[in-house]
Amino acid sequence: MIAPTPITLTVNGETVAAQVEPRIHLTDFLRENLGLTGTHIGCEHGVCGACTVRLDGEIVRGCLVLAVQADGKSVETIEGLSDSGALDELQAAFRDRNALQCGYCTPAMLLTAHELLARNPTPDRATIREHLSGNYCRCTGYQAIIDAVEIAARARAGAKS
Amino acid sequence: MTDAPTTRPGLSELDRPNSYIGRAVPRPNLKRLMQGRGQYVSDMSLPRMAHVVFLRSPYAHARILGIDSAEAAAMPGVIAIVTGPELAKVCTPWVGVLSHLKGLKSAPQYPIAVDRACWQGEAVAAIVATSRAAAEDAAERVMVDYEELEPVADMRTALDAATPVIHPELGDNLAFERNLDAGAVDAAFAEADHVVEAEFVFGRHTGVTLEPRSILADWNPGDERLTVYQGTQAPHMMQNIFAKHLALDESQVRVVCKDVGGSFGIKVHVYADDMATAALSKLLRRPVKFVADRLESFNTDIHARDHRCKGRAAVKADGTITAFEIDDLTGIGPYSVYPRTSAIEANQVVNLVGGPYTTPNYRARARVVFQNKNVTCQYRAVGHPIACSVTEGLVDLAAAAIGMDPADIRRRNLIADDAYPCASPSGLRFEALSHHAALDKLLAMMDYSALRAEQAALRAKGIHRGIGLASFIEVTNPSPAFYGVGGARISSQDGVAVRMDATGAIICQTSITEQGQGSEALTAQIVASMLGVPMSRVRVTLGDTDNTPYGGGTWASRGAGIGGEAALQAGKQLRRNILAAAASILQADPDTLDIRDGKIIDAATGAERVPLEELARIVYYRPDTLPPGFQAEMMAVRHFVPRDFPFAFTNGIQASWLEVDTETGFITLLNHWVVEDCGTIINPQLVDEQIRGGVVQGLGAALFEHCRYDERGQLTNATMADYLVPMAAEMPDIDVGHIVSPTKDGELGAKGAGEAGTAGAAACVANAVNDALSPFGARITEIPLTPELILTALGRI
Repeated sequence: MIAPTPITLTVNGETVAAQVEPRIHLTDFLRENLGLTGTHIGCEHGVCGACTVRLDGEIVRGCLVLAVQADGKSVETIEGLSDSGALDELQAAFRDRNALQCGYCTPAMLLTAHELLARNPTPDRATIREHLSGNYCRCTGYQAIIDAVEIAARARAGAKS
Repeated sequence: MTDAPTTRPGLSELDRPNSYIGRAVPRPNLKRLMQGRGQYVSDMSLPRMAHVVFLRSPYAHARILGIDSAEAAAMPGVIAIVTGPELAKVCTPWVGVLSHLKGLKSAPQYPIAVDRACWQGEAVAAIVATSRAAAEDAAERVMVDYEELEPVADMRTALDAATPVIHPELGDNLAFERNLDAGAVDAAFAEADHVVEAEFVFGRHTGVTLEPRSILADWNPGDERLTVYQGTQAPHMMQNIFAKHLALDESQVRVVCKDVGGSFGIKVHVYADDMATAALSKLLRRPVKFVADRLESFNTDIHARDHRCKGRAAVKADGTITAFEIDDLTGIGPYSVYPRTSAIEANQVVNLVGGPYTTPNYRARARVVFQNKNVTCQYRAVGHPIACSVTEGLVDLAAAAIGMDPADIRRRNLIADDAYPCASPSGLRFEALSHHAALDKLLAMMDYSALRAEQAALRAKGIHRGIGLASFIEVTNPSPAFYGVGGARISSQDGVAVRMDATGAIICQTSITEQGQGSEALTAQIVASMLGVPMSRVRVTLGDTDNTPYGGGTWASRGAGIGGEAALQAGKQLRRNILAAAASILQADPDTLDIRDGKIIDAATGAERVPLEELARIVYYRPDTLPPGFQAEMMAVRHFVPRDFPFAFTNGIQASWLEVDTETGFITLLNHWVVEDCGTIINPQLVDEQIRGGVVQGLGAALFEHCRYDERGQLTNATMADYLVPMAAEMPDIDVGHIVSPTKDGELGAKGAGEAGTAGAAACVANAVNDALSPFGARITEIPLTPELILTALGRI
């Protein structure tokens, strides 16, 4: 074990200063040091996507980023993005379409879908499927999620027009 | 029977004004999950909590000669290192047998291996430390001296005389055998115009719940109580088992189940890791948490399937199938899993083969053998995908042998919709199924004849598409016939308590559990409908043995049918109690009153008499104003277990439309259709999503999912990068239709829907692939259908 290293970062808009072991990944740091348990752990080898967070505005897998790599950066998690209202349309569509069952993949799925809609406000179903294909869901079979993202895209487009 | 999902035939209690039955209302518990505010066990932390990591055997079969933990014990943060013999003093072993599975045998299993590891991944030591990282650091320094033993890796040779016997005291590696012979099988084969046969091979796979198994056990010596926070489907079953093996009274154990990150049957079994964690908490007198990491999940979560089933069918030239015969072999690992046993899947295969059809002659043998691999046990649709794939594969072979269309041969042989009640040759009793209505609806939904024409046109252009059909039956709403009769303390009844609080709001506690199916939603829907209150006024509690009635939980597609009926009856009783109180206050006949939209009304005119809030105020704060001798009872409890049939069978049919690339062996799923009949539909959206989710797990088995072991019993693909599951890009949209034949075993009429999708998905995909490959004379009866298998069948590699 190497001695803890000081880091300072912004998490959901709040400045956080901490001493972290260099080996601790960002997801463990968020969950264990900050109690932000909405970011989930599914595999810890970068496959399932459940630990997706935003790092300086880009989505990353929190299990593939060390906490020390987030030093000086801005992290946004499901808790912050929910409270800000950024995910309102997506969350409403997920609820109406029952696009989650156990809900374990859902925070990451919402962040990934949010990124897609930011880049491409009117994606077709194949594009949505492709974009979400790095996020495991074992419950839904994906169709309801694809539907919900389509519905949310239309809601966002309607809100802007 | 009706094919309109929103129609509720003749069920007046369900047709009440403002009923939520049959409506796609959103689940009440979604917001917290979408905001990252769920409470999964892996999120939980308690004061003085320690973390346990298990050191696991790298060998499939090895004797433990010694464990040296001195160096590890001195590592920072280490609290204790505990071996099997030490933990055996705190936790007694268990044997996974049931008395109704005649002859089933297994060996005592301990929370941690005592002197021998019997599969790669079996725990040999527990390392408890102040953090998971510290425990993992120390685990690397625990030195285990192993003597590797010869593993039993291949189920086909497990019974050979030359193969080592894993548990010598059992005499051989045969855990269980069942034989069935119904009708005149030999005569049917002798008189057949054609006999078709094949060996069907089913790869081992597993559930891959996205949240791994998690448990936090908290023994409080002050209270002399053990509180276990666990992601489990059956809290009361676990309460009993923790008490039994840790020398506690059941009243000393509380099992709490909050949010669960996926289950699918994986989290309904007793795992050595869970027993060890609870025992460690008792030993160390502090909370201990275990969360499996993904790599150990692949090696220790129960696996399923792993069958090789030889099948034969006899068919007449007119398409009548006169006999089925199977010989099934399955390998279950070194132990039968406790307490549900690992013989149930093979037993189900015997029960279910030929189930949709009128075929009267049926012979089956199933053998269940031990091997040095991870254990197998009940996973979503237990036995159904095997029985369905064998049956439907043979039906397609029979159709091909006589040149009949696959839809026509099914129409000729499916049990008629007016033939019920009736029984199968294996003794299953069917109350009311709808195979023909389902087939007709499915063919219309997919426009079968147009699809056949499109297939022919594309084939002429060298594009190879296939259509596959698969009829199925599904076991749901199990009575004690499933486990209770065999001596397992697994309840088949469920209870619901409903009460009105002092503001007129409704609080409901149910013994069924939630893993995302919608148990909370359907309970609230039913209770709100019975009471005539808005759903927003109903709060549901579940998953807590201290705070719910006693019951079975959620497994075997039982939550809606059994827990839903208990909710209906509890709601009705509380309505009677509320109306009695209202009648007392209003000096009216209770039969002239009703509740609608949260208000007591005059039943005849609908005129409002008194809101529930006011009624609640009077009964709780001014009972002195009620007539002498009247005591208001604002709480009602009801329990339910099916009594008329041992199981409520459902039925359905699935179809797949896919394309096979004959150059690469890749399969593209284009469409998938399902028509199923789960009786009364409480929430059509939740039912459809159960079907779709189930189908996709079946598609995973059909195309991707496989626990690949080598000849030394080593699991070679135990990572998410190597074990493939369906992802969004590969999955088709799935059209779901319904036929509605309510069960009369209860007023609600609901049967289960959780496993129908998984039951038939792989079978229709395999049939579609073989349909696509038919011009090449190639046929594959093995899943997963990898590109390698397809190219091999085509003779390209």
